[in-house]
Formats: sequence, structure tokens, C-alpha cells
Amino acid sequence: MAGITGKDAILTRYAARLDELDRAKGQSLTRDAFRRLRRNKAAMVSIVVITLIVLAAIIGPYFMPWTVRQVDYTAFRSPPDWSKFHYLGTDQNGRDLLARLLQGTQMSLLVAAVATVVSVTIGVTYGAVAGYIGGRVDAIMMRFVDVMYALPYILFVIILVVIFGRSPVLLFIGIGALEWLTMARIVRGQTLSLKEKEFVEAARAGGARTRTVVFRHIVRNLTGPVVIYATLTVPEIIITESFLSYLGLGVQEPLTSLGTLISNGAAVAEVMPWLLIPPAVVLVTLLLGLTFIGDGLRDALDPKDR
Amino acid sequence: MLRYAFRRILAALPIALIAVTLCFIVMRLAPGGPFDGERPLPPAVAANVRAYYNLDKSLIEQYFIYVGGVLRGDLGPSMTFYDFSVSDLLGFGIPFTFMLGFSAFVIATIIGLIAGVIAAVNQNRWPDYLLVLIVMVGVVVPNFLVGHILQLVFGVYLQWLPAGGWNGNISQLVLPITVLAWPHAARISRLMRGSMIEVLGANYIRTARAKGIGQRLILARHAIKPALIPVVSYLGPGLSYLLTGSIVVENIFGLPGIGRYFVNAALNRDYGLVLGTTILYVVVILVLNLLVDLVYAWLDPKVRYS
Repeated sequence: MAGITGKDAILTRYAARLDELDRAKGQSLTRDAFRRLRRNKAAMVSIVVITLIVLAAIIGPYFMPWTVRQVDYTAFRSPPDWSKFHYLGTDQNGRDLLARLLQGTQMSLLVAAVATVVSVTIGVTYGAVAGYIGGRVDAIMMRFVDVMYALPYILFVIILVVIFGRSPVLLFIGIGALEWLTMARIVRGQTLSLKEKEFVEAARAGGARTRTVVFRHIVRNLTGPVVIYATLTVPEIIITESFLSYLGLGVQEPLTSLGTLISNGAAVAEVMPWLLIPPAVVLVTLLLGLTFIGDGLRDALDPKDR
Repeated sequence: MLRYAFRRILAALPIALIAVTLCFIVMRLAPGGPFDGERPLPPAVAANVRAYYNLDKSLIEQYFIYVGGVLRGDLGPSMTFYDFSVSDLLGFGIPFTFMLGFSAFVIATIIGLIAGVIAAVNQNRWPDYLLVLIVMVGVVVPNFLVGHILQLVFGVYLQWLPAGGWNGNISQLVLPITVLAWPHAARISRLMRGSMIEVLGANYIRTARAKGIGQRLILARHAIKPALIPVVSYLGPGLSYLLTGSIVVENIFGLPGIGRYFVNAALNRDYGLVLGTTILYVVVILVLNLLVDLVYAWLDPKVRYS
């Protein structure tokens, strides 16, 4: 058929061109967002700094002259001493602070990642299901969220610590399981408006099951708010973790975390300030960086909020 | 208005009951009991002790005995501080904790509102940038770190203020209240700044300016009340953060509130004390949320009729 009049070729070219225009338009939202994010200096610097910290925490321990548990019997409570490779000094037990700091950062990041994944999973599923099904189910599910909001969060976390205290990973699955409330509310609100859209109707008309509609068509479209909120959840969980470790309820020795290090350092800060300053600097840098990235993402993906 | 209040109170009652039940279940899921010491008690003594605290009955019986007691205002005996009832212990600690929390709340709210208005009026000039910086530190740096740094700087190095303890001297409260109030004031000022900027851009403000009304009168008469609405909705959760947040502040500054009891009670499986404290907090938070809802309904009539 093709090739007789050349009409098909023209039409095909035209269709391809339309396609291209459409695609460019579809991408431009994301590209726009990236452009806005790249112009945000605070967010870009934060991304670089956070990447460096994460890399150091993961790879760093393999290059350290001292391991976490190794005791240097010639250097107890030593201030930073480059000749013995104690770049940040040692603690009361002669353990190298830099090695412990890297391990503590790793632990804090790990628990934050685990808890964030748990909280995002629960929150998105809960919110999307409640919003999509609607009606009485929605009312009951959201009333439950209200009840959870009324509970004193910190007290509940402390009770959880008592249950899971010996295992840091289980503990932070528990914390993640408490942290999903706001996520569920945001997702539910978005789902309520998304489910009225034509593409959802089309999917349903095409015979998609409820589960497919919720997870393939609705949750996919929630990426923006979910990513923003997850970025802002990470620092919150790092604070919770360091707070618990500070009270002596979180990560237990010989493992350490930023909160544990700060707590130990704070106890002796008057005489050995080098034990408090580095973990405090790392913690504050992490939290500031993550907050800047979260804010930057929000401004980039949702500029009307500025 | 009265009907609205009545409806809200009815809705709060089941939330309180569910919260009590949740805490009861979670606490009993924890492995270990309050009488598992280093040396096991002789079996006969252990049986008597368990019978005294009703621990030999089935969980369901224990639950109904406990809830019955709570309804009559009896929170039961403490299981680690022998001879004290939970109500006695709460009586020792709660007044101080609440005094600390409420003073921080009042001071932070006033400072936050004023700072928010100043920043909004001077949008994108130096007072605004200064505020953003102070807010960032308040929101991002965990309160135990702020607490320790302030304690070191003002208590130890400069010796301007006492570093901790409590014997009735107001100057001992300055640092704890600063630590508690900072993040709260920061969040309030951010909310106030945002809603104030929005209100100042509204048409009726322009009308007021066109009529030649001075800046001060516009703020006082037209701008502040509508700008307060989003701030009010944060006050309830904010106050509950302050009341629970005082746990860590009490631990840093060695203050005699409920915080220290609670941490130890949870670690020692003192079911009675943990449940009692949690229930008290739940009730306080519910009452506060109720008050906030009522203020909200007064400020914004749309809420009453939804």
C-alpha cells in the first residue's frame, strides 16, 4: 500500500513529528523540574555533600588504619594525632574516633533507610487503598490515623524500644511503622483527585483489577509527593534514632551510631571536646543537607508552593 | 457552636479508649516482666507478688480490671517503686513537666508570631534572611545537641547561667526553656510568615491601603487575625511535642519531671507507670486538640458546619 502516492510517508512523518512534540512536552515537566533543581545552589551542594558522606560511610572503613573494635594501648583519650593515624583522636577506651564515626554514620544511615522504606511502603499502600475504595472503609481507616496521631509519639517509640531493643534493624522497622501517618494522609488526598481522572476510568473500562489500578495507575502518579516526603522523612528518623541512642535506648555497644557518639562525647565535652565535635558536625551536616534537598525537590516539582 | 463542641467531645472518648487498649497490648507483648531480677524470687513469693498485681489472671481479666480502675481515676500501683501508686508518682513529676512545657509553649508562641510578622513585612530583606537561618537551626539541629552546646557555652565556659539542676531558682529554667522553645518558635514563625505574606497580598488589604490606612493599623485590624488560622492548627500538635520533648531536656539538665521516670519505667517493664504516663499524655493531647478545634471553629465559621 505504501509508496504509491507518498501520502503514507508524509502522514507517517507527520505522526512521528506529533509524537516527538508530545514526548518533548511530556518530558518537559521532569526536565523543567531538574532545571529548577540544578539552579537551586543549596540543594546541589547538599546532594554532593550527602553523596560524599554516604560514600565515606560505606567505603571508608575499608581504608582505615584502625578498626572499630581495635584498642590502641598507647593512646587513650588522645587528641587528634596524625603520627599514629588517629586523625580525630581516640576515646577513653583507646578506640579510634574516625573509625567509630564512620561506622556510626553507616548505622545511622542504615536505620534511616530501613525505617523510611517501611514508612513509605505502609503509608502509600494505606493512603492509596483508603482513598481509592472510599466510603465507609475510608472513614474507618482515616479515623484510625487520627487515633494514632493522638498518641504521644516519643512515648510509643520508647515502649517499642523495650520490645525490640536488642536488634537495631527490628527497632527501626518498628519506628518506620509509626512514622507513616502523614504519608498516608498525603497519598489519600492525592488519590481522591487522581481516581476521578480519565486514565483511571479508561483502565477500569479496560477491565483492570482494583489492585492493578491502585498500584500501576495511581501510585505511579504519586511519585513526586512521595519522593519529596520520603526525603524529608530520612532526617526525621535520623533525629529519632540519635535521640533514642542519646537516651541510651537505641543502638547498643559495640555498635555505635551518631547519637551514641554524641551522647558519649557530650558527657566528657569539657575535657575531651574532640569526641563531641566531629559526630555533632556530621549529624548536623547530614540533617541540613537532607532538609535542603527535600525543600529543593519540593520547589522543583511543585513550584506553586513557593 | 455548643453542638459542635459536644460532637467533638463525643468523638474524643473512643479515641482515648482505643489508645489505652493499644498501649496495654503493646506493653504486654514485650518479653520479660517487672519481677525478672538477677536472682529469681522463691516460687511462693513470686506467686504472691503476681497475685497482688493481678498478673496471675488472664490478660483479658487484667485488661478489664485496669480499664475499670482508670475510669475510677485509679491508675494502679507502680511495680518498681514499691509502696507508691502511679498517681503518686505522676503527682511528683507531672506538675514540673507541665510547668516547663507550658512556659516554653507560651514564650515560643509569642516570639514565633512576632518574628513571623516581622519577616513577612520585610520579605526578602535582612530580617527575613536572619529569621530563615535561625529557623533552620531550630528545626534541623536535634534538641539534645542544642541543649548540650548551650549548657557548655553558657553554663560551663561563660558561667552566665546554671548548667543544670533545680531548686526553685528561675535562672535554672532559662536554658531548658530555650532548648524546648526554639524549634516550636521556629515552626510557628515559618507558618506565620507564609500565611501573613499570603494575606498581605489579598485584595482587601490593597483596598485598605488605597483608603490610606497606615501599615500598623492594617496589620492590627485586618491582617493578623486571618493569618492566624494555619498557625492555630499547629498549636495543638506543637504543645504535645513540647510536653513529650521535655523528656530529653529533663535528662540533659537534671530536672525533676516525669521524663526520667518514664524512661526507667519502660526499661524495667513497670507496666503500671508506663501505661499511666501514656494515658495521661493521651488525655492531655486530646483535650488540647479539642481546644484547638474549638478556637479554629471560632476563627473560621466554615469548619463548624462541615
